[in-house]
Amino acid sequence: MAKMRGSIVVDAERCKGCEVCRVSCPTGTIGMAKEVNHKGYYFAYPENPDLCIGCANCAMVCPDGVITVYKTKI
Amino acid sequence: MIEATGIKNIIKPENLVYKKSSVMTDNVLSYCPGCGHGTANRILAEVIEEMGIQSKTIGVSPVGCSVLLYNFLDVDMQEAAHGRAPAVATAIKRLIPDSFVFTYQGDGDLAAIGTAETIHACNRGENILIIFVNNGIYGMTGGQMAPTTLPGMKSSTSPAGRDVKTMGNPLKMTEIVATLPGTYYVTRQSVHTPANVRKTKKAIRKAVEYQKLDRGTCFIEIVSNCNSGWKMTPVQANKWMEETMFPYYPLGDIKVPVEESVK
Repeated sequence: MAKMRGSIVVDAERCKGCEVCRVSCPTGTIGMAKEVNHKGYYFAYPENPDLCIGCANCAMVCPDGVITVYKTKI
Repeated sequence: MIEATGIKNIIKPENLVYKKSSVMTDNVLSYCPGCGHGTANRILAEVIEEMGIQSKTIGVSPVGCSVLLYNFLDVDMQEAAHGRAPAVATAIKRLIPDSFVFTYQGDGDLAAIGTAETIHACNRGENILIIFVNNGIYGMTGGQMAPTTLPGMKSSTSPAGRDVKTMGNPLKMTEIVATLPGTYYVTRQSVHTPANVRKTKKAIRKAVEYQKLDRGTCFIEIVSNCNSGWKMTPVQANKWMEETMFPYYPLGDIKVPVEESVK
């Protein structure tokens, strides 16, 4: 079976750090940054990018629509 | 913008699977972090984009956090007086029958000051979509008790918890309007998990189809969180909502059309 590899891009300046994406990620790709954006939020970022399968669950639940998802077969 | 390292070759336009809808404006959403309103706005924008009805859509948003929608959706919007959105939407739909008209209301608006307008618009079977975001509290004004606040639930005006003897029982608006003959499709959904977001999006899509067919009022309740009003983190609030709100406001279709002509 072809394996899917995905990747996410988080618009860190618009992220409000609510962590809803982190808990809905099935592979534990997303973590919260140790630094803050200009609004003072610990933004989400792909902590383990190699685990991403491009399921777009994070983007579906993101209230601020800051996550863009890419997916390809390898 | 930060990018995943080492997998830059995946980030190409042809591999794109999800991107914020173009119907959303570039304004930063002014809702609190983790608020369900943002997700609800986004999926509404996605449905409008996917169905190609951006130029025909007219939204009505009344008072409360729901009013902020006009900032984020790139469609025609009309502000209504507190609770009067279904009445304004009635007028718009009757004057411009080709348009897709929806109202976007919170529970303090739809279930309190706007109860009469909501019930009568549904009873007349106005051909509009009512989106009802229920978070059991007046979110914008500081977390006061709303008609939908659960028994025993603490809010800033019921600090000892809602006492049903003196403060009444929570109002299940969705069940009430489902009993009216004018409503065609009545459902209760939520937006706190990916699966629920997908279901809600499907429900909105159905409602748009029904409105095209002139079937009557479609009513979609979205049980949402208000983590600021509930004094919780967004993740805790979603968990609390699952455990406490859903037993009282069970998710699922409440009134489905008899002839399911639209799939």
